Amino acid sequence: MSDQGRLNLILVVASAAAIFAACFIGSTPLPAERVIAAFFGTGISGDQLVVWSIRLPRALSAFLVGAALGLSGAALQGLLRNPLAEPGVLGVSASASLAATFSLYYGLVALSPLILPISAIIGALAATTLLAVAAIRTRSVVTLILIGVGLSSFAGAAMSLLMNLAPNPFSLSDMINWMLGSVANRSLNDIALVLPFLIAGAATLLVTSRGLSALTLGEEAAAGVGLNLRRQRILTVLGAGITTGASVALAGAIGFVGIVAPHIVRPFVGYDPARTLVPSALLSGLILVIADIGVRVAPTTNELKLGVVAALIGAPAFAWIAMQRRTVNG
Amino acid sequence: MAELNARKITVTAKEVRLVHDASIDLASGELVVLLGPNGAGKTSLIRAMVGLETPTTGQVSICGDVMRLLNPLQRARRLSYLPQARPLAWPSKVRDVVALGRYSHGVTIGRLRGIDVKAVDRAIASCDLTELADRNTDTLSGGELARVHCARAFATEAPLFIADEPTAALDPRHQFRVMNLVRSFVDAGGGALVVLHDIQFATKFASRFVWMKAGRIVADGSPKETLTADRISSIYGVKAKVDGFHVEMEGAL
Repeated sequence: MSDQGRLNLILVVASAAAIFAACFIGSTPLPAERVIAAFFGTGISGDQLVVWSIRLPRALSAFLVGAALGLSGAALQGLLRNPLAEPGVLGVSASASLAATFSLYYGLVALSPLILPISAIIGALAATTLLAVAAIRTRSVVTLILIGVGLSSFAGAAMSLLMNLAPNPFSLSDMINWMLGSVANRSLNDIALVLPFLIAGAATLLVTSRGLSALTLGEEAAAGVGLNLRRQRILTVLGAGITTGASVALAGAIGFVGIVAPHIVRPFVGYDPARTLVPSALLSGLILVIADIGVRVAPTTNELKLGVVAALIGAPAFAWIAMQRRTVNG
Repeated sequence: MAELNARKITVTAKEVRLVHDASIDLASGELVVLLGPNGAGKTSLIRAMVGLETPTTGQVSICGDVMRLLNPLQRARRLSYLPQARPLAWPSKVRDVVALGRYSHGVTIGRLRGIDVKAVDRAIASCDLTELADRNTDTLSGGELARVHCARAFATEAPLFIADEPTAALDPRHQFRVMNLVRSFVDAGGGALVVLHDIQFATKFASRFVWMKAGRIVADGSPKETLTADRISSIYGVKAKVDGFHVEMEGAL
């Protein structure tokens, strides 16, 4: 088996183990043997309800959201040729969560449950498209990240405005959930709603991953070896936008997740952007499942929001990776 | 026998004419050196020749096919291109960078088919990189990197090769090494067009000189015929003494 295959296998096994372990933790104390019985469908119905309708969907959501963000992050890093690119850092998650909040605020969600993921995806696509256009014009990654900061700030400000004008405390707490990000109280139905989008986005990114390898040479030489640059940009932006938007629709804006995993994975796959995608997705999913276990185990009166914990881990990592970079290529 | 023909090419960007009515050919067995001062339009002409820039007027054809109508992969299989700026985004292994030259043959890095492995090995050996094949590119010197880029271009095994200043920023020995690689490629039946700035150095390799000034091709012929003191002064604005292939620059005019 290749190194990459072995890495992926280890990550799949570890992720499955983490998701299974997450089913043992929750506000209702359940002994381990009852959890195992419920998991395999032999326990009493109350236990099965707890495991299959509360704990497993929550762990699965954490994994899917992490995987989506890890995959988008790795793909955007390949496209922009920079290890600091990530949906959260570039303001894509914030834009998606703004659009989602907007649709909640104006009650558009009442029309169809699909409105929520679709508006989150539209928000994400608007941001990724803007970034891709800016990337063609500027070529400077610092500028790009500054544009991301601008996008994030704008989305944050618009969000504050909506909160400011919130008609009642209930919608206010809803919005805070969207801003901070959480996978608590997700159902298998919620997952089913965004899964097609996640699959479509991920498939787009994986099918076009070969072009990301070519971009290692820089855009001019990549075009020289036969890459259709325009198509690559459009498809990567589309794939990352759909994937990020779908993850935001499931869990709100969780930042910095897509930055740690690709950084860890890269040396194991020979720094090839294409081979970074799958292990980054798996590792990000694993990290988020573990972080969500941490959120529940932490002895706090109010449960910590997953997005807060992710940023507490991810933001210092971001700063560290930024400091490691030599500024030769801007 | 491969052949590239550019006919009456004009390249315009933001209303400025970068290349004006230029016609140039490149065929197997030739080593053409493109000469001209900064801003003469050499890079724009090259980008039009390799199909990365669509000329405003005129046409480029390669082995009888119109360049514009070829898809990027077909184009890349017939013509490899080494641009002026060669930034490597990641510290990849030398072997993987060279393997990217096989992109147009459908290569996925890390899963090369036998035929691609052989082409990559040949390119690595021809550029004297066998010892460095498993090194990461961020550990190489400028001269070594230049050879990696050449190997990447040769790994395509396209019949034609165009390079924009492949010897820029290299020490004299590495300039020779890189141009020796280009010459071996031509001796093996390829056709190469290279931009160089050192005229006397270029005479050691070129079978043809193409001189450019202000977007136009002003001369195209053997070094012997086209290399004169008058040409150097009119094109570069430099006073020079020319004695056969010996060129001595005396100062800016």
